[in-house]
Amino acid sequence: MRKIKEFIIEKLIFFCGLASIFFVILIFLFLLKEGLSLLTIVGPFEFLAGKSWYPISEPPQLGILPLILGSLFVTIGAAIISVPIGIACAVYIAEIAPAKIKEVLKAGIELLAAIPSVVLGFIGMMTLVPWVKNLFDIPTGLTAFSGSIMLAFMAMPTIVSIAEDALYSVPKSYKEGALALGATHWQTIYRVILPAASSGIVAAVMLGIGRVIGETMAVMMITGNAAAIPKSILQPVRTLTATIAAEMGETVVGSEHYFALFAIGIVLFVISFAINVTSDFFLHKDQRV
Amino acid sequence: MVKIDIQRLNIWFGAAQALKNITMQVKKNEILCAIGPSNSGKTSFLRMLNRLNDLTLSFRMSGSVLLDGRDITKIDIELIRKKIGMVFAMPSPLPLSVFDNVAYGVRMSGVRNKHSLEEAVETALKQAYLWQEMKDRLHESAFKLSGGQQQRLCIARTLAVQPEVILFDEPCSGLDPISTAKVEEAMLKLKKDYTIILVTNNVKQAARVGDRTAFFLTGELIELDQTEKIFTAPSDRRTDDYIRGRFG
Repeated sequence: MRKIKEFIIEKLIFFCGLASIFFVILIFLFLLKEGLSLLTIVGPFEFLAGKSWYPISEPPQLGILPLILGSLFVTIGAAIISVPIGIACAVYIAEIAPAKIKEVLKAGIELLAAIPSVVLGFIGMMTLVPWVKNLFDIPTGLTAFSGSIMLAFMAMPTIVSIAEDALYSVPKSYKEGALALGATHWQTIYRVILPAASSGIVAAVMLGIGRVIGETMAVMMITGNAAAIPKSILQPVRTLTATIAAEMGETVVGSEHYFALFAIGIVLFVISFAINVTSDFFLHKDQRV
Repeated sequence: MVKIDIQRLNIWFGAAQALKNITMQVKKNEILCAIGPSNSGKTSFLRMLNRLNDLTLSFRMSGSVLLDGRDITKIDIELIRKKIGMVFAMPSPLPLSVFDNVAYGVRMSGVRNKHSLEEAVETALKQAYLWQEMKDRLHESAFKLSGGQQQRLCIARTLAVQPEVILFDEPCSGLDPISTAKVEEAMLKLKKDYTIILVTNNVKQAARVGDRTAFFLTGELIELDQTEKIFTAPSDRRTDDYIRGRFG
């Protein structure tokens, strides 16, 4: 009797495990099938490097370069803001903050991660967008710059918590060894602890950037959604994700536009996959040495 | 001549008292060994001297420790740690090359000149009996060295900062007998120029290298005397018991 129970439970868990892989494969196949159909209509180069995105003109122009650049502008901007602040914050929490402040800060970071992106987008639209408009005296505050600031807030919790873990797991002997040689606290942090934690910090940054690239709702609300090639970060842009979210509801299933949106999905998938693989490489680098 | 003068020193970590009313002197150019069972307070004693105990939040102390007559809690903490270097129980090289490990502390204290750095590294490696083995491997990762070489590298790293006192915290606990002999040989040569305090669990090691030996038990200093006297005719019964292996 007990053996049968063991057997059933074991198989049940096995199928649950299998199911998750199975679903991933199904999603991937579906994405490929729909997306690659586009290649019969436009060539890959024309699709990736095409300068105009007019999916409903006649004939449709399906170049996603403006969208790729839109995503790139927003992401790079967000990284420039969030990476230094995030790493500094992690160093403060891991190395400097007294125990009580540390707890408060960690809870604050968790809370920041818990804010739904649509709420952040809404707050950004109401406060940040008018501020950017007045500050630079430009016709609209819905710009790549506003999106970058908003997304920096979203990347920050990921960067801080993973970087802090990496800093925390630096062996205590490194720190004591450096201090015992007469190094100051800052010299120890800068010359020993940060380099020793560098692979974990790179992974933290990559995962934070991954979060920014995949983010949809907030960017859709505050970047202005103009599918034109941006000349500066103070212009409206449209990202890859926002394009899919905004247009999928209006396309005819099986149309060129529909296939193009799936192809954008593949591009996003490839980007996130590359970022995850890179961060994974850095995260496990120490274990391989 | 007295190098370190310790008066009525008490140390607590939270509610637990690690050292109880210690009064003793360390003489210049001697090797003072501290022996005792685990939890006897000998490591807390050592970490008191270069103020590494300060890293523990619950640490409190009373009494005084004077280095050349100056209270160590009133001297700049980085300066104290330069004057009183430390070698840890486990070899703890930094994730850098052999050269950079030795040059590390020297660079920290502001030396940038390449030639002076090279000179400091060579001198320190020679003092630690590592130069012959290392002169062609200076740019390899320190992690590639054997345990004994790593420990002598840590000694060289400490020497390169030109301290006055060197603290050894069970430096041979992870080493084989041959490496241990090399470390001991280095210590005996070093006492010419430095004052050495050695904490060891290996009683025989204390007998081999110590000029004087202190016996600690549960945070108290039981006895401090010439090493021969401690090992042949200790005045306290508990010292004799410990040395003969009757407890601890």
